[in-house]
Amino acid sequence: MAVQSSPAVLDKTRARRKDLVPLLQKVQETELYLSHESIKLISRELKVSESEIYGVATFYAQFRFRPPGKYNIKVCLGTACHVGGGQNFIEVMKIAKNLSHGETTPDRQFSLERVACLGCCALAPVVVVNKEVHGRMNRVTFMKLLDSLDSSNKSEESSQAPESPA
Amino acid sequence: MSSNNPIIEPVHSENGAKAALGERTRILVCEGTGCVSSKSPEIRMELEKTIDELGLGDKVEVGFTGCHGFCQKGPIVVVEPEGIFYCRVKPRDAKEIAQAHLASGKPVKRLFYRHPVTKEVVPYYRDIMFYKKQQRVILRNCGKINPEKIWDYEAHGGYQALRKVVETMTPGQVVEEIRRSGLRGRGGAGFSTGVKWDICRKQPGDTKYVICNADEGDPGAFMDRSILEADPHTVIEGLIILGFAIGAPHGFIYCRAEYPLAVRRVRIALNQAREKGYLGKSILGSDFDFDVEVFEGAGAFVCGEETALLSSIEGARGMPRSRPPFPAEKGLWGKPTVINNVKTLASVPVIINQGADWFASIGTETSKGTAVFALTGKIANSGLVEVPMGAPLSTIIYDIGGGIPNKKAFKAVQTGGPSGGCLPGTKLELPIDFDSLQQAGSMMGSGGLVVMDQDTCIVDVARFFLSFTQSESCGKCVPCRVGTRHMVDLLDKIATGKGTDEDLDLLEKLAHMVKQGSLCGLGQTAPNPVLTALRYFRSEFTAHVTDKRCPAAVCRELVTFRIIPDRCTGCQSCVRVCPTGAITGPRSQAHNLNQEKCIKCRSCYEVCRFDAVAGEAIIIVS
Repeated sequence: MAVQSSPAVLDKTRARRKDLVPLLQKVQETELYLSHESIKLISRELKVSESEIYGVATFYAQFRFRPPGKYNIKVCLGTACHVGGGQNFIEVMKIAKNLSHGETTPDRQFSLERVACLGCCALAPVVVVNKEVHGRMNRVTFMKLLDSLDSSNKSEESSQAPESPA
Repeated sequence: MSSNNPIIEPVHSENGAKAALGERTRILVCEGTGCVSSKSPEIRMELEKTIDELGLGDKVEVGFTGCHGFCQKGPIVVVEPEGIFYCRVKPRDAKEIAQAHLASGKPVKRLFYRHPVTKEVVPYYRDIMFYKKQQRVILRNCGKINPEKIWDYEAHGGYQALRKVVETMTPGQVVEEIRRSGLRGRGGAGFSTGVKWDICRKQPGDTKYVICNADEGDPGAFMDRSILEADPHTVIEGLIILGFAIGAPHGFIYCRAEYPLAVRRVRIALNQAREKGYLGKSILGSDFDFDVEVFEGAGAFVCGEETALLSSIEGARGMPRSRPPFPAEKGLWGKPTVINNVKTLASVPVIINQGADWFASIGTETSKGTAVFALTGKIANSGLVEVPMGAPLSTIIYDIGGGIPNKKAFKAVQTGGPSGGCLPGTKLELPIDFDSLQQAGSMMGSGGLVVMDQDTCIVDVARFFLSFTQSESCGKCVPCRVGTRHMVDLLDKIATGKGTDEDLDLLEKLAHMVKQGSLCGLGQTAPNPVLTALRYFRSEFTAHVTDKRCPAAVCRELVTFRIIPDRCTGCQSCVRVCPTGAITGPRSQAHNLNQEKCIKCRSCYEVCRFDAVAGEAIIIVS
């Protein structure tokens, strides 16, 4: 027969544990990925083991464990985007940048993520570069977008945010 | 799409605003995610600038709204009170609109809505067939109010339902009203909302929770996103009323991470609601305390399943639990919890205001009220459609949707996202309600409606949906984890021309097994696309298996690309995009396509259709 812990103790543990996912999200918002150091810190603060935290973090697609590229490209693979040809962008990234899902180029300029659905289905197919949404893309406009990111890389001298083509 | 900290506007300007609503012209720019991605905030800034320069500030007010649900035509700009609807507006058009329309009274005709198939030009919002045939109850405020100004919501009747509930009703009466209305959950399962509320209300204990499920994970669905971006208060009001009805002091809005603008607007709305006393202690002077916390999802489709959602909030892997016990009895941290979808909660204030009888008068015997669908795919008018339950599919697809563009033939409509099924043309007169769709082998789901034409391969669609549910499977139970894996492998075999008749039989057997054996809704419904595809489109499967052909010319291993010499102008567009150099040929002469080098990537086909001088010189055959 299990021992009934007092509700106050349970509440405290629950409150700490409830903060885990939001905390991981806050860390990734600031640092762009979850480093081992940050997981260690969270582990100490919340009194949850590192393996448990990794167990939770790896479940969710949002969390990255490696730094993203300067241009983090999310390709939407929802139904409307698939029917609209979204898979082509994954292919272009493979051919043009040798990237698969979850990878970053060695020069850290580009990284690729597949996303389930961004909710912009009426603008399918959709691609997101960092936080900018690009709708109604096709293979040709996507390649032009990549080219413009490449050339804005080469021409910029200070670290400004990139301009996206209209 | 900006993600600045929410700016809390002072809420005491309502008197000025009410006067303005009546007297001035208002030009409203849509700032839902879709239109924002096409630079709509810049349109608003340009309008403000030009109106200032022209000295029209007294006569014209510039504002913004949330999503109209017609994102395909965005950016959308509406001029009230005339009701002129502008589409595909660009920032550089703002000056012309201000000068020609606002200053001189001559609307800009080239920006009017034009029906993609009939080519009819329609200037007024109220005449556009897409909207005319809808009955917008849940979407009533979307595109009409400023989602970041609570007084705009109040001016349109907002929070009156909450007042009525808190001041004149008991929790029992509220539950009874919802039960009498016949409202069924709009998240997909269609369980009676009133019954769920009642079960939870009757549970003993003071600690109860209410949760708004805004983890709209179905690919192809964006109704919840639009509602939260355009009219967050209606959902909040519904949630507060739910809290009152079951006696919960604390609520959550679980919104997926992929909707940052929705999250931002909800946070702003919650702050404004607190300032006005709709949230917090002693709401509207009663002894009812209630507050809401936002919890952002972290990218797991399965967390839309209610018990997985609970695990997620509790800080664990989002894995479902077996039921019973149901969350209404034992939910978050073991306490009685009601979880409702965004659209279900958005219906609550309307039911309280207009009455259960009014709501029950819309729809069918067993499916009351309206339903919101995201109509996408190969359709002329793509967007959010709200119709009474029981409206036939054909009304949605042809009258509202405007039919299939580019003179293509209708092939199928997928309802219910990855949990639903593909229905063929013979089912077009099916009334849209929970039970009819289920009998046909599909389901309502959260409301996605993806239209497919002759260029869509059903085998490819089935494979697509299975790959999705397979990768989103949490892995807890064997039928789903292993079963869907095998189903995907079989579909891959079939789509690449290596399938056999035995494979088809095995696929069907597995589908039934996964459906019966899985722990939660994800596994139980994952096989639906395959089962309906086999039921209604078996011939496509046999074509792939027996003839090694893809009738829609989609499946790569089964198609060949050819250049038609007569139509090729030699413009070299395809030569430039071909990644393997399979296409060769000098300028102004028909090009050659080397089959051995071709990797079937479709680049040449698309360039020829969109950019090339000739167009359509490249065809795909199977």
